[in-house]
Amino acid sequence: MARTAADITEHMQPVHQKSIKWGLAGIVLVLIGLLASIGLGAIWIPPSVVWESFVSFQGGQIEHQLIREVRLPRALTGALIGAALAVAGTIMQGITRNPLADPSIIGITHGAGLAIAIALAFLSGGSYWVLLIWSFAGSAAGALLVLSFSMLSKERISPVTLTLAGAGLSTLFSALSTGIALYFQTAQDLSFWFAGGLSGTQWRHVYILLPAVFLGLLLSLWISRSLTILALGEEVAAGLGQSQQKVRWIGLAAVILLSGAAVSIAGAIGFIGLVVPHMVRLLIGSDYRWLIPLSAIAGALLLVLADIGARMINPPFETPVSAVTALIGVPFFLYLSRRKRGYM
Amino acid sequence: MDWKQALLQSWGWMAAFIFLILVTFVLSLATGVMPVGMNEIMAVLSGSGTPKQELVLLQLRLPRMIIALLIGAGLALSGSILQGLSRNSLADPGILGINAGAGLAVVLSIYLFGQSGGSLLAKPFFLPVFAFAGALAIAALIYRFSWKGGIDPERLLLVGLGFNALCGALLLILQLKMDPKDFQQAAIWLTGSIWGIQWPYVWALLPWILVLMPVAFIKARTMNILQFKQEVPVALGLRVESERRLLLCLSAALAGACVAAGGGIAFIGLLAPHLARRLCGPNYFSNLPLSALIGAALVLIADMIGKNLLAPADIPVGIVISVIGAPYLIIMLLTRKGTGLKA
Repeated sequence: MARTAADITEHMQPVHQKSIKWGLAGIVLVLIGLLASIGLGAIWIPPSVVWESFVSFQGGQIEHQLIREVRLPRALTGALIGAALAVAGTIMQGITRNPLADPSIIGITHGAGLAIAIALAFLSGGSYWVLLIWSFAGSAAGALLVLSFSMLSKERISPVTLTLAGAGLSTLFSALSTGIALYFQTAQDLSFWFAGGLSGTQWRHVYILLPAVFLGLLLSLWISRSLTILALGEEVAAGLGQSQQKVRWIGLAAVILLSGAAVSIAGAIGFIGLVVPHMVRLLIGSDYRWLIPLSAIAGALLLVLADIGARMINPPFETPVSAVTALIGVPFFLYLSRRKRGYM
Repeated sequence: MDWKQALLQSWGWMAAFIFLILVTFVLSLATGVMPVGMNEIMAVLSGSGTPKQELVLLQLRLPRMIIALLIGAGLALSGSILQGLSRNSLADPGILGINAGAGLAVVLSIYLFGQSGGSLLAKPFFLPVFAFAGALAIAALIYRFSWKGGIDPERLLLVGLGFNALCGALLLILQLKMDPKDFQQAAIWLTGSIWGIQWPYVWALLPWILVLMPVAFIKARTMNILQFKQEVPVALGLRVESERRLLLCLSAALAGACVAAGGGIAFIGLLAPHLARRLCGPNYFSNLPLSALIGAALVLIADMIGKNLLAPADIPVGIVISVIGAPYLIIMLLTRKGTGLKA
């Protein structure tokens, strides 16, 4: 146990100065990113006007209206969803001890897609809220299914196995949803929802996301210490008298809350939950008490930037932001899968 | 001459699957939106049926079923070869992104050459070429990226999954730029439906299968040797890497041709070789032909289910296969011990 104790003190320094520095830098970058996201678009709005719209808002000025009603909610939604997906990925990687876990890879997004396909087909004229609840339930079902594979099995499931099981489940879900969508001729509706992204986001999305992200973050921080210990190995965690079952259920609730809210609003935005935790881990190590908040900041930054990219690649058309995040995330996924196994 | 022995040992199962294919063939010929009785089938085959019956049987059902058989056999062989060369029982052209690469190439060609996408889809002989190019490109990329002083089976799978996601993202961008009619067509095609139900599509696919299948059988001995660890094939004088590249091309060619005719049918390349291995062991002399038979039977049965379950609507065969295949994959993953070809 001597080695263990040393490991723990190494992993959990009382004041983590490096993390605080990176955190502050991250927050500044997110603010700059938000400003850029508000300014850039079909019409370029200079920062001075953006600033004016905050401090001396004039309802008659069209640019101020544009900022208030379109650009600002979109930028905030992006930041919140990025944070939610990144923290969901962090928690998943922690509780499954699988470096490749990500909401989009292991079937949560496609679970939501199937639920939306069913809702579009059978609830004609279903209101926005009905769709939202369906999508939420779908992602919860997907998450429960995949994570139960790794939680119920006695042996530890290897990352490859879990990833493949998730891929299999995703294929099943997407085949079923395509079948339903083709039969009821709602295929393009489904695709537009699925490619989703952040276009057309409004203040109500911010209001839905805020409590979900807040609660999800609280739950995540609650188990952050236990996740750090779990990262040292299951034996160590058990030796320290840690109830792993409880940690996993709380983690699952956080994942469902965070990824469910994100997916139901923005559709399938992949790889944020995969890329961000690894990058943050490279910067500050794997103390989850710092990993989780910093992942939230970095996730917000990444998605705000990706959304700006989605608008700039092919103007005036919007490239689906999920495609942009895949273009960023896949090379990273390839890099991770080329590393030695057992990385974490 | 161990191939004779292998074939003799697996003779029973092969006969069983040939019988299953024959029974399904007749059943599938008789069922559909317009049921046709046995006597009428015999009448049509002997050339004395009514014009309507001849149209349904000879122009609609027969080519579709032949394509189903060819696609099933081709994808199963492609999967079997992939599993052999990667020494991984979970390799499948669908999971690895080879199907997606072929699909991307085809959709890209629909997008580039003419707004009336249907016109290109109506040129069956070009489709396999595009699809083959796409499949080969992705296969080469996967090979290149999973190469790190050797091919690690798990790395190959993960790299394949990555490229699958990449192709998916690019497909999404393309699809959203299409007009709704092309989009619907592309969506149906990508899900894996045997939509080219005319004879020209049979003639476009048949040569690929007829040429590539014997090549695969000739390579069975190589694949048997490749199952050993690196040192053994080298000691036996096998040029391992060039053989692997050749097999990868072979697998991509088979998958590409099948995707061109049937869209992205996943899981066949996984299921058929796996079942074959369960039934007759790991010897590729028996695994390859048995896989081909099982694959053909599965796609034929899935197509029959797809066209009858919600008739008159057609469920794309890829969806039926996914509904069967995904639970099988997951159960297999959760119950297997160890990795590699033991599962």
